[in-house]
Amino acid sequence: METIENKVAEPPSEESILVEAARSGDIGAFESLVRRYDRSVFRIAQHITQNREDAEDVVQDAFLKAYQNLGQFQGQSKFYTWLVRIAVNEALMRLRRRRPERTVSIDEDIKTDEDSMPREIADWSPNPEQLYTQAELKDLLGKTIQGLPPSFRTVFVLRDVEGLSTEETASALELSVPAVKSRLLRARLQLRERLNKYFKRRDGDTRP
Amino acid sequence: MKCSDFLKELTDYLDNTMDAHTKAELEEHLQWCHNCYVVCNTTKSTIEIYRDSKLYELPDELRSRIHSAIVTKCRCHKSSLESVGSPNELPAKKTSEQEPSR
Repeated sequence: METIENKVAEPPSEESILVEAARSGDIGAFESLVRRYDRSVFRIAQHITQNREDAEDVVQDAFLKAYQNLGQFQGQSKFYTWLVRIAVNEALMRLRRRRPERTVSIDEDIKTDEDSMPREIADWSPNPEQLYTQAELKDLLGKTIQGLPPSFRTVFVLRDVEGLSTEETASALELSVPAVKSRLLRARLQLRERLNKYFKRRDGDTRP
Repeated sequence: MKCSDFLKELTDYLDNTMDAHTKAELEEHLQWCHNCYVVCNTTKSTIEIYRDSKLYELPDELRSRIHSAIVTKCRCHKSSLESVGSPNELPAKKTSEQEPSR
């Protein structure tokens, strides 16, 4: 029978072993962390900046900053969540540089309920993504998400594309959980509304 | 339940992060409200399409280039800590941004 005494501390995860080794100066261990998360950081960076060169710079700068500041990483959150926070800050900084005339902030909130109220209610074709070639689909999805405010698309990409939990997203963005949920709902509804014109069922589409 | 009440709960419903009672109320609403049924389904599809889209994949060539740059910069940082007074070893680019995040 299991007793409290029989319980042993959880073994350190592979990630925490790599973080500890990197903190001691093992660049090979840090490179393993880079390999583990670079694709994700690149996607996040490009979703926020909407610019490939900026995204490339964000990946480099975020990992370098993480390496330089590993001593400050307390291990209370996952390394990945901590890294995402650094990358989001770097990406927003680049977006501000590129658009100095506009306020770009993760705290940015658009306060109307109407902006997300569905205006067009239409059934979509079955498997709507198959209506387009892979290249066309990527193009239209990129253009569509580009139209969202940066604070909305950042929450959407962390939560729905990268699969962070609501709590992890809140931690990475230093937002409250209700603020994440509110932005996520509006981001999802606005994207849905904008995708209607590409995916709605056409006349003569007889598939079930 | 009104449609506006359904919409407020849509995110928790799609994420399945709600209590059984509220979930049952929402599903009862979906039984008779075609508009909310369509919005719910198409929002779910929106999430799935973005999740599966492979938008902004990192090409292998670019990935290798980024890795080399990161490792070089980390080595420079490490040596600059090990050998005091060798600022030339730091990469010239972006040294002003190397302050800790927040």
